[in-house]
Amino acid sequence: MAVKKFMYVNRKAPYGTVYALESLEVVLIGAAFDQDVSLAFIGDGVYELTKGQDTKAIGQKNFSPVYSALGDYDVNKIYVEKESLEERGLTLDDLQHLVWEDEDEDYAEKDSIRLVSRAELADVMSEQEIILSF
Amino acid sequence: MGLLHTVNKSPFESNTFDACLGYALDGSTVLLIEDGVYAATTGTSAAEKIKNASGVTFAVLGPDLQARGLESKLADGIKVVDYEGFVNLVAEHDSVQSWL
Repeated sequence: MAVKKFMYVNRKAPYGTVYALESLEVVLIGAAFDQDVSLAFIGDGVYELTKGQDTKAIGQKNFSPVYSALGDYDVNKIYVEKESLEERGLTLDDLQHLVWEDEDEDYAEKDSIRLVSRAELADVMSEQEIILSF
Repeated sequence: MGLLHTVNKSPFESNTFDACLGYALDGSTVLLIEDGVYAATTGTSAAEKIKNASGVTFAVLGPDLQARGLESKLADGIKVVDYEGFVNLVAEHDSVQSWL
């Protein structure tokens, strides 16, 4: 099967709508097909990655721990837009620390999150073959 | 006591929060729930607007803030309530305007 460049664009906050959870499910399903996958978090999408989410009191499933498993599925290009973080008073420290293990380098642990500017992310987006938007 | 306004949309996603502020008179309360809680976090333009809206009381629903991992980012001057506190606010005000 030919490998294509897939980008999943996440632009919605978690829990208020079902988009964030649905996106994550599609990413996990897609991960089974050994494609070249990138995730982009822009706008309110950056809220999906905040650490310390605790949904006990709202009676919804806390799906945020699943993001830390993406590295095991070779999903390790996670782009976070700098401008979106800044507008929301957030820094990388407010987000989960997502890593993956590089089997070509004796399973060295590497960061999955790439903090990029809007202009940089626009370039990455323009290189994609298939873009799915949530 | 005036109106209780509830806002359940992110201030970045829609203009619901701004629309609500335009109608929030002195003595009214604005309760931020669901994705509305993002307006209550520090370093945002929404939090600045809350700071400048004197005469209006602002509250945020704690469970929704916790769900989103943002308890530590709560801006000053915003009261945290639980579901029981939500009910009390409804009871204390003349009526409720649920902005959508």
